Amino acid sequence: MGSHHLILRVVTKLLVGTIILFALYVQFHGDYSPGGGFQAGVILAVAFIIYGVVFSLQKAKQVFPPWLVHKLVALGVLIYAGTGLVSMILGYEYLNYGAFSPHHPSHGQHWGILIVELGVGVTVTGVMVAIYYAFAARPPRISNEEW
Amino acid sequence: MLVLTAFAIVRTDRLFATAMLSGMFSLLSALLFVVLDAVDVAFTEAAVGAGISTVLMLGTLALTSRVEKPSNHSPLLPLFVVGMTGAVMIYGTLDMPNFGSADAPAQTHVSPEYLEQSPHEVGVPNVVTAILASYRGYDTLGETAVVFTAGIGVLMLISGLKRRRRRDPDEKGEQA
Repeated sequence: MGSHHLILRVVTKLLVGTIILFALYVQFHGDYSPGGGFQAGVILAVAFIIYGVVFSLQKAKQVFPPWLVHKLVALGVLIYAGTGLVSMILGYEYLNYGAFSPHHPSHGQHWGILIVELGVGVTVTGVMVAIYYAFAARPPRISNEEW
Repeated sequence: MLVLTAFAIVRTDRLFATAMLSGMFSLLSALLFVVLDAVDVAFTEAAVGAGISTVLMLGTLALTSRVEKPSNHSPLLPLFVVGMTGAVMIYGTLDMPNFGSADAPAQTHVSPEYLEQSPHEVGVPNVVTAILASYRGYDTLGETAVVFTAGIGVLMLISGLKRRRRRDPDEKGEQA
């Protein structure tokens, strides 16, 4: 893949940071405004994918190596399920977030939702980027001129 | 405009145009969701439908040919099936309560309880998040597991092919 147009590259460089920032906002502000783990995960993945599209797959893989992506896919589910286990260990029902703050249940709910959404976001990011890597890593059959 | 875009998708036989038009279709339906006050869904639709799936379609397009194959069977039977399904769905909506009506079954079962209790029990201003992550925590765990499984499945399908082909001498250096 040759290098793209200058404007495209500059705009992408500006945008990637903003997209990541917005993804983090959606992730951690999900209790107050629309959005949550699923949306944030997708937006975060888009940041890496656009970087991979405009620059090259190799550069994207340097920033966000595939082994890390594959670990993240599983890590998110583990965070979610682990939250449930911790609340069980603390003597409550599975995924009862009251466990994290026994004297003030709604604080516990805050923590629980935050952690669980983080798990969702991590998994979604991992899966989206992993699928993109998997598709983009295969050698293309048609050349650039044919478009 | 949604209908126009859908017709354009059906008419064109250039797959690149089809991929782009389906991205447009998703963006338009995201606007529709915003109009219906479902901002969370609109978010997802815009990011997944218009963003990622267009990129994935283009990625797939690079692996196949550029023009749709001409079909050699009659379009009458598919047209009949689609028309019948549409007619049945429209018939089904006749029995549904009006949009936003207060005594619809969806509004009378558990929703009032959630809406009244969640500020005290959960204390999170966004009720959607409260329901998603707290009341329906198991379901969301299941959804995450589904996403995980889907990702693993795609990886196994695509990377599995690669491993078999790695015997080629020129592909030895590359390993994802």
